[in-house]
Amino acid sequence: MDKTIAAVSTGMTASGIIIVRMSGDLAVEIAAGVFRAGRRGKDLRKVKSHTIHHGFIHDGTRDLDEVLVTVMRAPHTYTGEDTVEINCHGGVLVASKVLSLLFERGAVPAEPGEFTKRAFLNGRMDLARAEAVADLISAKNEFALRSSVSQLKGAVSEKVKSLREQILDRIAYIEAALDDPEHYDLTGYSETLLTELSPVMSELNELIRHADDGAVLRQGIRTVISGRPNAGKSSLLNILAGYERAIVTEIAGTTRDVLTEEILLRGISLILMDTAGIRKTGDRIEQIGVDRAKEAMRDADLVLYMADAAEGLTAEDLEVLSGLSGKRVILLLNKQDLLSRAMDTDSPEFIREKNKLVAFPDVRVLPISTVTRQGLPELEETISGMFLMGELGFNEEIVITSLRQKELLKEALSSLQLACEAAESGVPEDLLNIDLLNAYGALGRILGEEVDDDVIDRVFEKFCMGK
Amino acid sequence: MLQIEENYDIAVIGAGHAGVEAALASARLGFETVMFTVSVDSIALMPCNPNIGGTSKGHLVREIDALGGEMGKNIDKTFIQSRMLNVSKGPAVHSLRAQADKQWYTREMRKTLEAQPRLTIRQAEVSRILVEDGKVTGVATLAGTVFRARAVIVTTGVYLNARCIYGEVSEYTGPNGLKAANHLSDSLKELGIELRRFKTGTPARMDGSTIDYSKMQEQKGDRRIVPFSFETDPASIQKEQVSCWLTYTNEETHRIIRENIDRSPLFSGDIKGTGPRYCPSIEDKVVRFSDKDRHQVFIEPEGLYTHEMYVDGMSSSLPEDVQYAMYRTVPGLEHAKIVRNAYAIEYDCIDAQQLKLTLEFRKISGLYAAGQFCGSSGYEEAAAQGLIAGINASMKLQGRKELVLDRSQAYIGVLIDDLVTKENFEPYRMMTARAEYRLHLRQDNADQRLTAIGHEIGLISDERYARFLAYVAQVDHETARMEETFVGQTPETAALLEKYGSTPLKSGATLAELIRRPELSYEALAPLDPDRSADISERAAEQVNIRIKYAGYIERQMRQVEQFRKMEKRLIPEDIDYDEVPSLRIEARQKLMKIRPASIGQASRIAGVSPADVSVLLVWLSRKG
Repeated sequence: MDKTIAAVSTGMTASGIIIVRMSGDLAVEIAAGVFRAGRRGKDLRKVKSHTIHHGFIHDGTRDLDEVLVTVMRAPHTYTGEDTVEINCHGGVLVASKVLSLLFERGAVPAEPGEFTKRAFLNGRMDLARAEAVADLISAKNEFALRSSVSQLKGAVSEKVKSLREQILDRIAYIEAALDDPEHYDLTGYSETLLTELSPVMSELNELIRHADDGAVLRQGIRTVISGRPNAGKSSLLNILAGYERAIVTEIAGTTRDVLTEEILLRGISLILMDTAGIRKTGDRIEQIGVDRAKEAMRDADLVLYMADAAEGLTAEDLEVLSGLSGKRVILLLNKQDLLSRAMDTDSPEFIREKNKLVAFPDVRVLPISTVTRQGLPELEETISGMFLMGELGFNEEIVITSLRQKELLKEALSSLQLACEAAESGVPEDLLNIDLLNAYGALGRILGEEVDDDVIDRVFEKFCMGK
Repeated sequence: MLQIEENYDIAVIGAGHAGVEAALASARLGFETVMFTVSVDSIALMPCNPNIGGTSKGHLVREIDALGGEMGKNIDKTFIQSRMLNVSKGPAVHSLRAQADKQWYTREMRKTLEAQPRLTIRQAEVSRILVEDGKVTGVATLAGTVFRARAVIVTTGVYLNARCIYGEVSEYTGPNGLKAANHLSDSLKELGIELRRFKTGTPARMDGSTIDYSKMQEQKGDRRIVPFSFETDPASIQKEQVSCWLTYTNEETHRIIRENIDRSPLFSGDIKGTGPRYCPSIEDKVVRFSDKDRHQVFIEPEGLYTHEMYVDGMSSSLPEDVQYAMYRTVPGLEHAKIVRNAYAIEYDCIDAQQLKLTLEFRKISGLYAAGQFCGSSGYEEAAAQGLIAGINASMKLQGRKELVLDRSQAYIGVLIDDLVTKENFEPYRMMTARAEYRLHLRQDNADQRLTAIGHEIGLISDERYARFLAYVAQVDHETARMEETFVGQTPETAALLEKYGSTPLKSGATLAELIRRPELSYEALAPLDPDRSADISERAAEQVNIRIKYAGYIERQMRQVEQFRKMEKRLIPEDIDYDEVPSLRIEARQKLMKIRPASIGQASRIAGVSPADVSVLLVWLSRKG
């Protein structure tokens, strides 16, 4: 039996309804357990297929949201399985709480593209559409992998890595001793293990406790500042970051030279990323930065593309812009202060034409100056307008990823608890190593890493094996 | 040139641990088989350590036995000390290891081979493999004689272009000064087979009469000896055992090594082959683990009728004068005389990614490979592959389905899957940590996992199979009886529980519930179980105990196994064109084309194939199928 999966099936925007979708054998059962009907006590298990019900999602102590729930039974559903859709009205945060509750009750986070994959595998999709499925899964997976890692706050990611290393050391010692009992002794190791795991577990507990209050994950609209070198990108970042004086964190990218800041802009949280200037270069190091900038743009919800107003747009700029079709893009013509005649009196049509932007009708254009701060209120206005109109939202994968990561932290903790219980009751080390390995694997999935030959490699690295 | 032709079904090149299993399996399955060796006196030679089994390797021997191989039986005849390792740990890591009398081991194996109908032993150096239209047709020896065969199994071990090195001395010979095979490599290369160079090493052998054992710790064998083979009656092998001895290196040893490290061919760059991380040479240990102030050294007999002692833990390729100096710093070896010096050996072998999971070359029909030639290390790893290659060459000639054991069925499955699917950069040694489902892959249940398969193939006789079925029925019945039999709160019960420090019963309990308590066991509860039959063998009792005690863990593992098998069962057609599969990443596409996995499960284990690629492949396949 395949597991019952759940995810947000619409983008998470400030406006409108957010649909949480659940598919699988337990979908109706799980939904029924969290649903409190409006007036009469309606049981979702007993309602007809393809009907809609008004009520509340209830977590056992209180109502999370007023909702409409659609119950659809197999086989006539999108996935071909029992499906429940919950229309949430209370916004992004509430929708994630609803989803979180479904996970607690037995659903598992859907893999990227999994609804579509199931639909396909259950024969609910014609050939023509199926052609696109592989592409979709591949693209979504790649995105999820990148985002799950980049979403982790630097400090948290370091913490998870270090906890994982500590667990691996324990596993490796036990394995070394099992494989080479004449060199490594496990006598009394259970007690050592309990002492050693205890700080690991309290740190995990701490991480889980903070998972909901935003201390673990970056959540917000991924906004990338891009443009050619010296277009004023870093100045813009500094201004925006300092403007509201609401910086949450500041982390220089450790592996990529993308500088990230979280800011609140008129109440909307943005993850602001300053990237390397884009230009053709022979320098290999610089090229890496350029590639990363392009990668960041690909994953962005919003791109703020900066250009020098005096220079105008170059062929290179236009090439980058054409690669951003389908993305929300605001073009900022910077350095207005250096122009002999300010541009803000020009008509938008004139500006577009002058800058060869006729081919990009979706790109919004704003003249600004990071020196005089001209145009910055308009920029804020534009961004918050886009958000409120539903044009901009969090990528739904990101919300899913954050919930998945919390689930994984919990899984790691409970595996360690099992290992400790086993150690206390005298279970042999090779058996409790199974739980340690589970914990190690769960933390690895948070970082997007596989287990592979880690254990064997660590054994050889740390222990002198064999006669 | 006069060309004498002889006709066989199957030709095996090499008579080491892989070769003998391959040849025996082929002949036993009805095929005229010829087995080549550079020296008939060196059949099933143990050129390195004098033992069989050990952690995870003991599992392999049991599995070989359950499939109808010979290694377990042969060591049961010729061991001189036996120990079950890890008995204080879980049943999955209990491992049997026996010291062998090396010459006796060779002699007994040769007897078995000579007694085997349809099996011809031939001393000759095979120099060419004959292939027509992508199909193997036989082999030719250096003398020019042609041996026609419909399948050929390459088990050349460490003999291909072998070079032995210590200090500045380098000799182009196989181990023990035996003749190397210097011509076959060229023929393999001409066939498009890619070769690489691996390295391994062995320590010195000392004259035991010059060793002072009083300075060492004695290590005796187990009081109650457990056989390797499921066919060997435990009562028949209880005997006097010889001892091994434990001593240590010290700072002085390490100083000598460090001061002469520049004279080691390993560090001077003379040795180019890749050595194993397991069993590193003593100079490797001293350099890599410089924080350790001593390393264990085991002195082990090479046989009953020789003084020669193996210095386990101190393999080396240092010059002879340094060897003398360093060995003599070890307590007990102060005046020891070297009989044979330590050396490293370099040899040609293949990257087994060129093989299918059946051990047949993907490019050449009917050509199989097994043993150290495939990049593994160890007698047991070699024997396991040899058996599978012998079985599969035979299955192919019979037009039957070839045998591929998966990772949830046997250590043999893990071994071959690792060799064929993963990137290996050093001689591969089996380890229990490599088996994901080791709780299921125990040495005590190897017969339950594999006897039926061995019988189906034709290597397990009907009589043995019937005995096996009766044994399993007895274990099943007895396990069920434990679950159903209640004991009350009698004074006898209370006394027994107290004796083992177990909490008193509040109400009645089944025997099974009591067995699950860590401090109790099936055996311990005998006094509370008057209906217990006297026919329950030691082995059956152990089995009942394990099944009940670890039921929870075993069940959990079996659920994982089920998940795993789902993916293994999703086969990928052999003629798949990966260029047609949209959305695969380039790296994944290249790796899939190179390894051509048989199943989605195998594909998912290839380094460079991501879960997303696997999803893409799955979707594409279900559209096709």
